[in-house]
Amino acid sequence: MKIIVPMKRVPDPDNVDKVKISSDGKRVSSEGLDWKPNPFDEYAVEAALRLVKDSGTDKTTGEVIVASIGPEEATHQVRWCLAMGADRGILVLGDDHELDASVVARALKKLVEKESPDLVLMGKQAVDGDSNQTAQILAGMLGWPQATFAGRIETPADLSRATVTREVDGGCATVTVKFPAVISVDVRIVTPQAVNNNMIPPDKLNRDGPRYASLTGIMKAKKKPMDRYTLEDLGVDTTQRVKTISFSQPPARSGGVILDTVGELVQRLKEEARVL
Amino acid sequence: MDNILVIAQIFDGQVKKSTNSAVTFASRVGSFIGGSYSIMALGDDLSGQTPHLSRLGAQRVILAEAPGLDQALAERWVPIIEQVVRKGSYKVVVSPSSSTGKDVLPRLAQHLEAGMASDVMDVSYEGDKLNYVRPMYAGNLNSTVQIPTEVEVVTVRQTEFDPFEAVAQESPVEMIEVPPPPEVLERIEFNDFEKSISERPDLPDAQVVVSGGRGLKSGENFKIIEELAELFGGAVGATRAAVDAGFIHNDFQVGQTGKIVAPELYIAVGLSGALQHVAGMKSSKVIVAINKDEEAPIFQVADYGIVADLFKAVPELIEEVKKLM
Ligand SMILES: Cc1cc2nc3c(=O)[nH]c(=O)nc-3n(C[C@H](O)[C@H](O)[C@H](O)COP(=O)(O)OP(=O)(O)OC[C@H]3O[C@@H](n4cnc5c(N)ncnc54)[C@H](O)[C@@H]3O)c2cc1C
Ligand SMILES: Nc1ncnc2c1ncn2[C@@H]1O[C@H](COP(=O)(O)O)[C@@H](O)[C@H]1O
Repeated sequence: MKIIVPMKRVPDPDNVDKVKISSDGKRVSSEGLDWKPNPFDEYAVEAALRLVKDSGTDKTTGEVIVASIGPEEATHQVRWCLAMGADRGILVLGDDHELDASVVARALKKLVEKESPDLVLMGKQAVDGDSNQTAQILAGMLGWPQATFAGRIETPADLSRATVTREVDGGCATVTVKFPAVISVDVRIVTPQAVNNNMIPPDKLNRDGPRYASLTGIMKAKKKPMDRYTLEDLGVDTTQRVKTISFSQPPARSGGVILDTVGELVQRLKEEARVL
Repeated sequence: MDNILVIAQIFDGQVKKSTNSAVTFASRVGSFIGGSYSIMALGDDLSGQTPHLSRLGAQRVILAEAPGLDQALAERWVPIIEQVVRKGSYKVVVSPSSSTGKDVLPRLAQHLEAGMASDVMDVSYEGDKLNYVRPMYAGNLNSTVQIPTEVEVVTVRQTEFDPFEAVAQESPVEMIEVPPPPEVLERIEFNDFEKSISERPDLPDAQVVVSGGRGLKSGENFKIIEELAELFGGAVGATRAAVDAGFIHNDFQVGQTGKIVAPELYIAVGLSGALQHVAGMKSSKVIVAINKDEEAPIFQVADYGIVADLFKAVPELIEEVKKLM
């Protein structure tokens, strides 16, 4: 089984409140912040590894390819995912403000045509743009089934299909998709029992969260293959369907008062805030 | 002429309030570009929802009924909506940014070769173009975007558009012929739906939200959050940490990847105020935080803070509020 995991590099998600707008309001600067793999994509890498690798042994039932569209520097984040255990990297050179979800999906479609994966397993949203569109667009482009917002994935041991529990409004919807398919993952996919390929003994628990790259993982990653393309090489139509005109700062909230007693709180809520 | 199409959000037999918010957006866009809106709904049997839908000021209500449409599979819905959009030459297609809207509309946009703006919070009109304001970076920045394609697809944030009030005049209702399932449907099967159980109002609709975090320590302890919420007729929310730990169903997660709420009163209990959580509640009118750690970042967004053990402060709060009733 072959899995492509698309991965975007994003400014450190825990510090995005420090992202700045340029003085003309037309650019975003994340100067001084580290770049990280989009957390949902790191979760997708973890889920892919749980599907095809047995971490106890070196046994593997498939290949995990991490693909990023971004600047040369995104090599670091791809290598990070290789250090986690993915087999191979692809970097498609592209500048963030020339991309929108449809351009990214077109580039991914070209990679799908090259690689013929059984599954594209990706994040449900990139936490810089927060669009939550690419997986659905890609599935529509390919005419493949889509299972978005996956909190659990279960496959039979022959990996022919996946039963996906989707986290949706009002509860959980479960669907079964036959491969090839696109699955986008939600945060719960990295809880210990969220991925079950019916090969790993049920008593063998995964840790909570995505795995760390081990030292040997990091050493190995340096030697793992990495293909490079430009959007042009792949023949990607780069027409954007969404144009960003400007950025602005939403009104900030400032901290209020610390009160000594619950009685005072209730009084303030009643008389000052008038919400009781 | 109707040139805007609203896709209704229906769940468990009810037209969701978020539909009314999308209608408010549509009527605003209509006043900008000239024209009006129609509302489309898809489901197994929509007779129960038609009275609600037909009083939302639409040019017409378009119903697509067929067995299985309640499952809201994007693969099934998209060709049906696509056909309506093409036939009616709609220029703007909008739905609430519910999980269904988020799932279906990007795929629809792709079928229509249209650009899409997610989670729109405001719309204006300048020099012939609609400008959409939408949040990025967990709500730390807003961007203004335009969509240059012939059709424009958007999902809108319920909390930013007051729900459209029902009108007396009834819209005409049309039933369309549903095209047969596309081939891709052979590769996806709907298995089941496990409903999250809550007697409380839906999070985005609630006037009061009481949320608990990891500080609650167990699902059992979440009962005090329920009790407090119940006093206000409010909804219960939670952090990702609380959901991951199994204290409460994922449907109650508030934040960047959960529900977006903007109630009159938000009470944050035993949660630190990570920016991914704050992204989902910072538009609340009044925020109260109860946390034993005075350094917790939640106090930087709260209007009123109590630095205390929640297991002492919340029961006290329940008692004090009861006295007022
Ligand atoms: C991709 C991604 C998406 C995410 N999306 C979301 C999201 O949508 N929503 C969300 O909430 N989080 C989200 N998170 C997680 C977020 O980063 C935080 O980890 C999470 O919000 C923390 O939850 P918490 O505040 O309950 O737990 P903690 O950060 O552990 O805070 C617990 C708090 O409880 C207080 N406390 C403990 N005991 C008591 C007591 N007895 N009395 C009073 N106070 C007490 C502590 O002082 C502490 O401040 C996301 C993270 C990632 C990476
Ligand atoms: N530049 C990119 N390179 C690789 N994958 C991407 C890129 N942008 C988005 N994606 C993928 O698409 C998912 C959804 O992103 P978005 O639709 O932008 O919120 C992400 O979680 C990634 O898996």
